[in-house]
Amino acid sequence: MTIAAGTPRRKRPFWTIERRDAAAGYLFIAPQLIGIVTFVLFPLGLVFYYSLHEWNVLANTFNFVGAANYQMLLADKALPQVLLSSAIFSAGLVILNMSLALLLAVLLDQKLKGITVFRTLFFSPVVVSLVAWTIVWSFLLQNNGGINGLLQLIGVEGPNWLRTPATAMISVVVVQVFKNVGLNMILFLAALQGVPKELYEAARVDGAGRFKQFRRITLPLISPTILLTSIITIVGSLQVFAQIAVLTQGGPGMTTTVLVYYLYQQAFQFHFFGYGSTLSILLFVIVALLTFVQWQMRKRIVFYEN
Amino acid sequence: MKTDLSPRMKVALYGLMCVLLIPFVFPTWWMLTSSVKPISDIFAFPPDLWPRRFDFTTYARVFELQPFARQYWNSAYIAALVTIGTMIVSSMAGYAFARIKFPFSNAIFMIVLLGLLIPSEVTIVPLFQMFLKWGMINTHWPLILVPIFGAPSVFATFVMRQFFIALPGELEEAARVDGLGRFKIFWLIALPLAKPALGAVAIFTFLHSWNLYLEPIVFLSSTQMFTLPQALTQFTDAYGGAMWNIQLAAATMTAIPVLLVFIVAQKQFVEGLAHTGLKG
Repeated sequence: MTIAAGTPRRKRPFWTIERRDAAAGYLFIAPQLIGIVTFVLFPLGLVFYYSLHEWNVLANTFNFVGAANYQMLLADKALPQVLLSSAIFSAGLVILNMSLALLLAVLLDQKLKGITVFRTLFFSPVVVSLVAWTIVWSFLLQNNGGINGLLQLIGVEGPNWLRTPATAMISVVVVQVFKNVGLNMILFLAALQGVPKELYEAARVDGAGRFKQFRRITLPLISPTILLTSIITIVGSLQVFAQIAVLTQGGPGMTTTVLVYYLYQQAFQFHFFGYGSTLSILLFVIVALLTFVQWQMRKRIVFYEN
Repeated sequence: MKTDLSPRMKVALYGLMCVLLIPFVFPTWWMLTSSVKPISDIFAFPPDLWPRRFDFTTYARVFELQPFARQYWNSAYIAALVTIGTMIVSSMAGYAFARIKFPFSNAIFMIVLLGLLIPSEVTIVPLFQMFLKWGMINTHWPLILVPIFGAPSVFATFVMRQFFIALPGELEEAARVDGLGRFKIFWLIALPLAKPALGAVAIFTFLHSWNLYLEPIVFLSSTQMFTLPQALTQFTDAYGGAMWNIQLAAATMTAIPVLLVFIVAQKQFVEGLAHTGLKG
């Protein structure tokens, strides 16, 4: 019946299946493509254009200054500290997050009763509102707050966590790790469960211990997941803003002023839109470089790819 | 490594997990209990794991100090619109990139993927200018349009594409023979099969929108328009000191409903996220 519906013609119709498909394809991707051009690529061009201008919103000035903002960037005395803070934050976050996620995933992969309850609880901070979670930790980390109270019970005098340079950074990292480690934990767990059981059988027959099995079988087989989660975690760590704003406002001094927070201050608190745009370009270059480097590394590290 | 464990090993593992759980569970507990403590007890020593006195007026005060119901609605409807919008945009784009042959599809996909490299923090200054020009500052439009069409939706499109690529083609072929057009194939056949991927997209899109903080404080200026994360930071007294118990009551009301939904649907949640095709 259906064949008869397409009445046979001598001339080939313009709307062949291929053409109709192509039109459908373009229609399907149109919202996304137009959105990316409007809200990502066009603004990226604008941000570069702005970065070539001296632009103070309060003074209502907008003058082309060429590379002056970039020279300012190089001469900015605060910037080395900001980049150092960002680097410490991102490195600390990625290392802690990935290793804790892997440890939890291995634990949750054991044959134990009630393991889903643990899984649910470890994952639960992921679904707690980010600012709510950060406020509670801010409350806990006050000088006279819950953590120092508990420490005092066992006779330890805790520091003023958020007002001491060294502990402020640790606090910000740790708060963020506990918030989001559940996500990587679940992805690792899925990867662990995807490792064929026969491989372990074979390794056991060959006399490989647990640790050796983990190093020689598990890690190589889940390396694609490790790579992807590490890219996502690093790029995510560079976007951290709310945690800093709520916990430390970048302080004490500038020890927790990461790049996005500095960008926000320059653009929206001090109204230096031109310089803020230059910092945006710097952020973009860092994100792009890190992603590129990690992507290149996949050939070396990742043993197995789908 | 699912081998049977010795009883001693089991006890050790349970013990280890219970200790590790503390920083994951205690903050939520501390938030709940502190939100009903009178302000004089909030920094009591030794810390009260259970309130010695209850003060439920903190919850009423939340609504007196801020238009909190309105702010709750703002966050809820924005997150709902963003979630539905992203599901539509990303499933259509993901489907087309995965299953439809059209010229330049790979090149266009690469352009779209650029969105992953350009987080919205990078473009916040020009976005502010654009929305200023369009008269959309202090409206919710930036918080709705940018996530649905901009960088945040790219990850969703990627997840959908990975899912549709893995889908066997026979069903579509059969539908084609029956004379179904592309849109009907997508709507009637591919999309119903994509429920797990759509669920995952819905979950992380909702959480992303629900947690947005930089964008609201840049784009919104009046308390009536504020979203929850922004509102939570507003509970300070005349001297700028935090009103902890009231703030924690507001935080509790923000966190608990989502947490409850998660606990009820945790299986779908976790498995949905695990199956997002994040495997390269």
